[in-house]
Amino acid sequence: MGKNTRMTGARALIESLYAEKVDVIFGYPGGVLLPIYDALFDADIKHILVRHEQAAAHAADGYARATGKVGVCLATSGPGATNLVTGIANAYMDSVPMVAITGQVPRSMLGNDAFQEADITGITLPITKHNYLVQDVEDLPRIIKEAFHIASTGRPGPVLVDIPKDVTTDELDFKYPDKVDLRGYKPTKAGHRQQIKRAAEAISKAKKPVLYVGGGIIISDASPELLELAETIQAPVTTTLLGKGAFPDTNPLCVGMPGMHGTKYANFAIQECDLLIAVGVRFDDRVTGKIDSFAPNAKIIHIDVDPAEISKNVRVDIPVVGNAKSILKLLVEFVKENLQGNVNTKEWNKKWGKWKKEYVLHYVPDNKLKPQYIIEQISDMYPDSIIVTEVGQNQMWAAQYFKFTKPRTFISSGGLGTMGYGFPAAMGAKMGQPDKIVFDIAGDGSFQMSSQELATVVQNEIPVIVAILNNGFLGMVRQWQELFFDRRYSHTCIDNSVDFVKLAEAYGALGLRVTKPDEVRPALKKAVDSGRPTVIDFVVDKEENVSPMVPAGAAINEILDLEVKA
Amino acid sequence: MKHTLAILVENKPGVLTRVAGLFSRRGYNIESLAVGVTDNPEISRMTIVVSGDDHVLEQVSKQLNKLIDVIRVSDLAPDETIERELAFFKVKVDKGNRSEIMQIVDVFRAQIVDVGVKSLIVAVTGTDDKIEAIEQLLRNFGIIEEARTGMIAMNRGSKIVKQD
Repeated sequence: MGKNTRMTGARALIESLYAEKVDVIFGYPGGVLLPIYDALFDADIKHILVRHEQAAAHAADGYARATGKVGVCLATSGPGATNLVTGIANAYMDSVPMVAITGQVPRSMLGNDAFQEADITGITLPITKHNYLVQDVEDLPRIIKEAFHIASTGRPGPVLVDIPKDVTTDELDFKYPDKVDLRGYKPTKAGHRQQIKRAAEAISKAKKPVLYVGGGIIISDASPELLELAETIQAPVTTTLLGKGAFPDTNPLCVGMPGMHGTKYANFAIQECDLLIAVGVRFDDRVTGKIDSFAPNAKIIHIDVDPAEISKNVRVDIPVVGNAKSILKLLVEFVKENLQGNVNTKEWNKKWGKWKKEYVLHYVPDNKLKPQYIIEQISDMYPDSIIVTEVGQNQMWAAQYFKFTKPRTFISSGGLGTMGYGFPAAMGAKMGQPDKIVFDIAGDGSFQMSSQELATVVQNEIPVIVAILNNGFLGMVRQWQELFFDRRYSHTCIDNSVDFVKLAEAYGALGLRVTKPDEVRPALKKAVDSGRPTVIDFVVDKEENVSPMVPAGAAINEILDLEVKA
Repeated sequence: MKHTLAILVENKPGVLTRVAGLFSRRGYNIESLAVGVTDNPEISRMTIVVSGDDHVLEQVSKQLNKLIDVIRVSDLAPDETIERELAFFKVKVDKGNRSEIMQIVDVFRAQIVDVGVKSLIVAVTGTDDKIEAIEQLLRNFGIIEEARTGMIAMNRGSKIVKQD
């Protein structure tokens, strides 16, 4: 838009979204949003009408993770806004770029406990990267510009913009700013050259290095640089839950996931390494286990875009703050100069290579339907899919048994651990990557937290496939009750409560049920070939556990194989 | 260990809540807090006294820096810093002890800023040690009411907390 134009705040919001190249928003209308929805009516932006605002936030999150673009959700004041809260907190914990727009009561009524009023900027203060209450329509374009900038740069995160109704009807001469000027926000991009040199020195000298990498690699698109570094120094790579896909699971240097439900060999390698090269990770408690015993023999290099993550949980020897991609690029150069084609890790590679053969992830296949078997079949038949998960056992099995090879193909609620995230996030991912097959690996518990979105995917023809690993339990909690609470299954049995096939059919989706191993592949094929939103009810072995497991509070090498049940 | 932080922030509504909320949310304790606008009306300066070891302080500073409205965070070194606080004490008086109070006020280079029949107000400026010392003495006469501003602080010499 070259010339100034007189328009309402609502129209200016749409123009601002055009300027940010927003192609889809997930939302739900309401009283104070009427002017905005009126402007949306003939706008050139796809709007997906969800059935609960929480799903709008999760869908925007899934869209953002699948595409790398900023996800946008829209909700009305009061309950609409508070329903976004879990989704915003989820995006905050996992550093997902999102702009959440909420309607607010007119300025004259603010603070009066008006109908559908909630102090959403106050409520979301600790779970947003930043938030705004728009007090003047003249500020609206600048605020939207800043919101997208803040959400998508540095360590990404959600930004909320709260817009009172009368601001959306006030008029302004619209001009979208070209750039942002925020004195207090200047994220570091390039790492400190001297620090990168120090890191390269340490890496070149290390005999037993381990690369411990996470979501930061995916966010900064640093997979090629990571691969080059790993292959240059011939070091094992362990990818966190959110780092799945950052490094190919099929690469011989991959040692899988670290931590509570990681592989034994990843945990052993971390505990024995002399140098831990941590990139785009935050030393989460699910990874480190007992923190005092974590990587006891290692010097630690920590590369992260957020300076506040450095030495937050563990003492770091060589911190490098900045964008992982640009830092790794330079780091590889320095390391290559130092090593001159030599590799110091031959002995080390023999050692962990032996562990990798010895402690392979396993389960007992039998004629009962095993959840791990289902994931393996999906991985084998549709290796290029996007796998979205719910939270709990389904999530861990998906992470353990699917072979991820590309970034942005595993989408899961890591930090917050939000049940009900997967299905709406899958919907968002499919909107962002319509050519990909998108699975939501679900549990029967998690799916019921968002199952109303079947209406959304059917109405908008978004063909995601929900694979419910139905064990009739809130499985992960049941597993803990089995192991640590003497099998007292307090309120974790949800058996026989729902016929998921009928539920799918009631919404107009395809519903399939699978009870035997040999039905798995035909059912998957039927679902994919149908091109329709599909729910597959996999009736799986009820008390299968996620194994191996580090008990809470133990060191990560104290990892147990759980009792194998045939 | 006490640290004095000088924090430059955008002079906007809600910024105090963001800063104070961060302290309580992450389990840090604010011992004292003072806010005022600077020569640039768009920028306010907060002085926050926080207790904790170096690790805690590092985390506090980093987390504060992450707030978009925080422009600068500076940990002021105690031996290179001027620190002052203003306190008012309303003290009970009678004919017999008025002059004794006035002597204490003189010794502390404080001021009597209001005189009533049964009470007077003592205003004192100084470090928290000094304020606590006079408070202790005045307590003998009976302090009816007390108000303190919280500490403000500034580097000695040419060192400044820059706005950009």
